[in-house]
Amino acid sequence: MRVMAQMGMVMNLDKCIGCHTCSVTCKQAWTNRAGVEYVWFNNVETRPGQGYPRRYEDQEKWKGGWELNKRGRLKLKAGGRVKKLFGLFANPIQPELKDYYEPWTYDYKTLVDAPLGDDFPVARPKSLITGKDTKITWSANWDDDLGGTSEMGHLDPIVEKVRRESEDKIKFEFEQTFMFYLPRICEHCLNPSCMASCPSGAIYKRVEDGIVLVDQDQCRGWRQCMTGCPYKKIYYNHKTGKAEKCTFCYPRIEVGLPTVCSETCVGRLRYLGLFLYDADAVTAAASVTDPQDLYQSQMDVLLDPNDPAVIKAAREQGIQEDWIEAAQKSPVYALTKVYKVALPLHPEYRTMPMVWYIPPLSPVVDLLRDQGHDAEDKDVLFGAIDALRIPVEYLAELFTAGDADLVTGVLQKLAAMRAYMRGISLGNDPDESIPASVGMDGATMYEMYRLMAIAKYDERYVIPKAHAEQAHDLEEMGCSLDFDGGPGMASMGTSPFGEASGRPTPVALETFNALRDRQTSDSVAGADTLAGRVNLLNWDGNGAPAGMFPQKHPTEPPVDAREDALEGGSS
Amino acid sequence: MDIFLWGVLPYVMVVILVGGSMWRYKFDQFGWTTRSSQLYESKLLRIGSPVFHFGLLAVIAGHVFGLIIPQEWTEAVGMTESIYHFNALFVGTIAGVGTLAGISLLIYRRRKTGPVFMATTKNDKLMYVVLVAAIVFGLWTTLASVFWPDHDVTYRDTVSPWFRSLFIFQPDIAAMAAAPTSFHIHTLVGMVLFMVWPFTRLVHAFTAPLHYLFRPYIVYRSRDKGASVAPRSGWSEVGTRDRDTTKR
Repeated sequence: MRVMAQMGMVMNLDKCIGCHTCSVTCKQAWTNRAGVEYVWFNNVETRPGQGYPRRYEDQEKWKGGWELNKRGRLKLKAGGRVKKLFGLFANPIQPELKDYYEPWTYDYKTLVDAPLGDDFPVARPKSLITGKDTKITWSANWDDDLGGTSEMGHLDPIVEKVRRESEDKIKFEFEQTFMFYLPRICEHCLNPSCMASCPSGAIYKRVEDGIVLVDQDQCRGWRQCMTGCPYKKIYYNHKTGKAEKCTFCYPRIEVGLPTVCSETCVGRLRYLGLFLYDADAVTAAASVTDPQDLYQSQMDVLLDPNDPAVIKAAREQGIQEDWIEAAQKSPVYALTKVYKVALPLHPEYRTMPMVWYIPPLSPVVDLLRDQGHDAEDKDVLFGAIDALRIPVEYLAELFTAGDADLVTGVLQKLAAMRAYMRGISLGNDPDESIPASVGMDGATMYEMYRLMAIAKYDERYVIPKAHAEQAHDLEEMGCSLDFDGGPGMASMGTSPFGEASGRPTPVALETFNALRDRQTSDSVAGADTLAGRVNLLNWDGNGAPAGMFPQKHPTEPPVDAREDALEGGSS
Repeated sequence: MDIFLWGVLPYVMVVILVGGSMWRYKFDQFGWTTRSSQLYESKLLRIGSPVFHFGLLAVIAGHVFGLIIPQEWTEAVGMTESIYHFNALFVGTIAGVGTLAGISLLIYRRRKTGPVFMATTKNDKLMYVVLVAAIVFGLWTTLASVFWPDHDVTYRDTVSPWFRSLFIFQPDIAAMAAAPTSFHIHTLVGMVLFMVWPFTRLVHAFTAPLHYLFRPYIVYRSRDKGASVAPRSGWSEVGTRDRDTTKR
């Protein structure tokens, strides 16, 4: 047994209101740069829907993840090492920009600069890739809130599969519609296929917390990881020629703060905490024959942090006491292994994803309430879960490789919790038969309710800090001050070998310098670094970039010039 | 002049190629990438790029064969001059034409696909000029020997001995000077190519990921190990090492 620690996340889908705050804050924090305009480390998909990039779940097309070969051993679905090397010169299966979308901005300047005329001036969409006029035909969440579902609902790979298997139609008429949101980040898998696909070996899993990162220095832009990741959560920065991915906000995690997406989540649906797992058991667990056994085998890899044998083994592996303690208090461990309500996304890809989901009961509840039933009565709910075959099967394709019974079991637990707690809230004696009907006892069910309904900040996010004695080695500080020009070298800018070549600026330094620039500079921040491509998403609020605000009077100097003069005078 | 071109320049080239690559590898890891444009356009790339790259590998193999293996050796294994020549021309022409066709398609794509052209730097353009010139002149030497066979002076008697003599630091300048002009031009352009090489995107060839065949699939890296940069020489930390970290 080789015990390792893994940061994990659980998302309670019942609470997601689809506001995209996580996506926007994540984008502002990580991908508001040229080259990654189309990159969403965190995105929120409406299901049923095609997802982002379009139809990424169709692995017959994209060949992501692992499969078993004839001898029952794990093999990359896109092919072995030799095949990958032969595909190096042009990746045979790589999503193109059109599978994501062509990022754009608007020509706001025309709105104010257009000469007087009979027609209203129009802010034309301009492609951020070519700079030319473009026609907007798709975006990261074009089918948000089931937009266009009547036309394109059948393009959801899961809908396709459920329909084929049930020889039935998922109806998209309003009265029969079910809908929920699925926020997605990198899964920080235990058995990542992106990592296995990388010819350079630039993608690595951190020993300490299991966060999967791309070494930006070592990445050579072979693009095999884009194919390898079945969740399509590795993106290609088309300016720097490097792969980028969700970092689990490691600079925040290292100091005990939750990720930006968790911190800003309006519905407070995300939980962060540690798993302890047996690293030696991962490959065997990912190799079980029946895909429907993968959920259980993945659960078996996770170790009980209260088991003395596990604690002893963890200590032998050098896991510190406060980390073991954090693993014991971990909300993600409780939701996955103790209450068994959180499920992995697409276990059939055999990557052992470590971002888990509590499937939504709300489609069932909403339907019942709309039809005038008592949506908090246990028997009504249980009956409805059984009757609403399509949503359950759909969820099963997402979370359990099609095992509908497992999803039903989880939904029944959630339903039982509703019914049990309603009884208590109404001042009745707790009805112990309700938790018993789903194999729980009243006390456990109450704890689960507490964690899911009213847990506070420090109960939802149990994040042990990286060790202080290792602080001088923290990733972003380790490589900091020893490059030419020292910390004053704020931005990378352009250099003779293409955009952003040269030594990278560590995250903390970059932030520090950006903040200082913002506070002290006389000119519009970002005008140089963003190469003139300032839009509402990447504008930092300082100054007035050209074309963003109207001129007060045609003869006056442009707004930004005046602003500059003003700021120059005041600072 | 001959002394400079065939006695000095090759060594200057090696110094720039090796020194430049080492310097860039040290200074510019982040810029060391293929800078692939497949995200913008895939259809033409999927034809042009493999044709070009595999053609180029064949061309490199041909150069190794022609330049390094002495004529006596091939004759010793019973390969007559004419058989050798026919093979070299036949295979060489196919590889050369393939390479040229591949890069032509790639350049056409680069010019005609808006986003790809936008992402083309001046550095890239210079590199393309030199690279295409090297290929064209190389193909020219091959074709010239087909259509205007001049069996008195073949490169195996002139260029190859000179090339081999470079390694023992006694360049056979006379041999190279006797080679046809087409070979002179091709060799010069080739040397220019190797001199700009470290400063262009071509460096990606030096990190061809052959180690992928042997490395384990899953890569674990410790935060401590992956992060720490060796302190500069003459600089050591104040104090003692932390006991907890050294205990492990």
